[in-house]
Amino acid sequence: MKHMHLHARAALVSMLMFLVLLGAWQLSASPAAVGSAATAGMTAEEIEYQKMMGKDPGAVKSTGFPPPLDVGKAIVTHLADPFYDKGPNDKGIGIQLAHSLARVGLGFVLAMLVALPLGFVIGMSPLMQKAFDPFVQVLKPISPLAWMPLALYTLKDSNVSGIFVIFICSIWPMLINTAFGVAAVKRDWLNVASTLEVRPLRKALRVILPAAAPTIVTGMRISMGIAWLVIVAAEMLVGGTGVGYFVWNEWNNLSLVNVIFAVLLIGVVGMLLDLAFAQLQKAVTYVE
Amino acid sequence: MWSDTQDRLRGALAPALPMSDVQARGGEHSANPSRTTAMTAFLKIERLAKAYQQDRPVFTDVSFTLDKGEFVCIIGHSGCGKTTILNVLAGLDTASAGHAFMDGREIAGPSLERGVVFQSHALMPWLTVRQNIAFAVQSRWPDWRAAQVQAHVEKHVAMVGLLHAIDKKPSQLSGGMKQRVGIARAFSIQPKMLLLDEPFGALDALTRGTIQDELMGIVRQTQQTVFMITHDVDEAILLSDRILLMSNGHEEDGRYVPGGLAEVVVNPLPRDRSRAQLHHLPGYYALRNHIVDFLVSRARAH
Repeated sequence: MKHMHLHARAALVSMLMFLVLLGAWQLSASPAAVGSAATAGMTAEEIEYQKMMGKDPGAVKSTGFPPPLDVGKAIVTHLADPFYDKGPNDKGIGIQLAHSLARVGLGFVLAMLVALPLGFVIGMSPLMQKAFDPFVQVLKPISPLAWMPLALYTLKDSNVSGIFVIFICSIWPMLINTAFGVAAVKRDWLNVASTLEVRPLRKALRVILPAAAPTIVTGMRISMGIAWLVIVAAEMLVGGTGVGYFVWNEWNNLSLVNVIFAVLLIGVVGMLLDLAFAQLQKAVTYVE
Repeated sequence: MWSDTQDRLRGALAPALPMSDVQARGGEHSANPSRTTAMTAFLKIERLAKAYQQDRPVFTDVSFTLDKGEFVCIIGHSGCGKTTILNVLAGLDTASAGHAFMDGREIAGPSLERGVVFQSHALMPWLTVRQNIAFAVQSRWPDWRAAQVQAHVEKHVAMVGLLHAIDKKPSQLSGGMKQRVGIARAFSIQPKMLLLDEPFGALDALTRGTIQDELMGIVRQTQQTVFMITHDVDEAILLSDRILLMSNGHEEDGRYVPGGLAEVVVNPLPRDRSRAQLHHLPGYYALRNHIVDFLVSRARAH
């Protein structure tokens, strides 16, 4: 045990915690065994009356919260056929996920197209830095969902509004980090570029961009995290398609099994997105 | 005492390079060697001044020249404006007054004609040694084919003896190796003049010695014109043909006296000297004592 690698030990502890959690869940979701005791002392007529009133005393009382096994079964069913499409309210989870990812991807890319060049301008010019600062400070703390009514009114399309909400929430961390990264590029490297008479575009792409890349990618990673948080809420509001809509729809169906499945899926996909950006971060980080 | 030293210095002058006006005046204990030389000088600095506060300029009236193939060091305490002068020559800074000419044209900005070696090597850490130098070579000759660039890069990496580390990142190199790469990069663009901003300041004494020898070898081979900042008196004596001594600005009788070029010392030692036999050369101690005396007693009050 002592000689076990740290990773292996951590994995073991994680597994134990997972099992304890599953156990606690199974116990709390188990039906209370009150059936036979409740019918005691009642005549057959009384029991019949109770049944007619919708209060079957002999029936197994359920807490309503699905046990892990049911959720496990739901996971298998959903993942076995993720891409079926049986009308607007019954689509496979793969299709829903694809809709969410497409919105996040599109909103995120649009935000990148605005934030990176603008961040470069702000980072390179102290004047622009000061001029843009009040706008950024006011717009940044606005909850992205607060834009929703305005987006729906002006864009007149729920799908486009969802993309806009992702755009507006992704833009700030990227913009701020790009501006900071560009402004913090070492004077020495810029001087080298100057003495080599490097043209401005080449300087931006070959010196400033790689120098600021770790900071920029950190901003992108934060943005993606926020975007994935926001898409679920946005889709609950606008409806139609997506993982967020799926959660809301299953809540209306009172299918907690499906809600739990969706919640877990949102977590896993969010983790995978973050891992992808962690990889990108690793690729652009340099040791001085 | 002072004039004694000068006489001895002059006595040992015989094998030195032909001297320009300013060089000759260097021995005359002139606090303000501002006379201009003929336009034939390769690099000419005329009455340069820099002031961050209008009434308290860091230095004023700095004039000197460099001939082609000459190696000139500048020595002075921190804050005397050495780096500012070098940056003006590099085109990275502008002077408050005065002019700098190279090859008869005024220096008005950074140029590939002047290679700079920075104190902190300034290599780009995300590029390998090869890519760092290739970046400079491609900037100098944008039309070159890849193979041509690579051959040129490898030649200059070999020149500083780092072929074995050519595909390493700067973070994998020692301080001395990084500075060698910086030197190779500066030479690779084949500048008309090399500016070195205290390149060995951060290195340990042993490494510094080795690279000094290497640099001297390369400079002698390529006939490169060099202007170098240093804090190390022995380094200046070993490498340079002339040594510019700078004084700091200071208060004198309640009045502010700006810093400036206090003196130009011609190195009388034979040009094919080496670090190992430097202190055996006649005239070495007189020269060294003179510069150290200047730094200790006169650099702040001339």
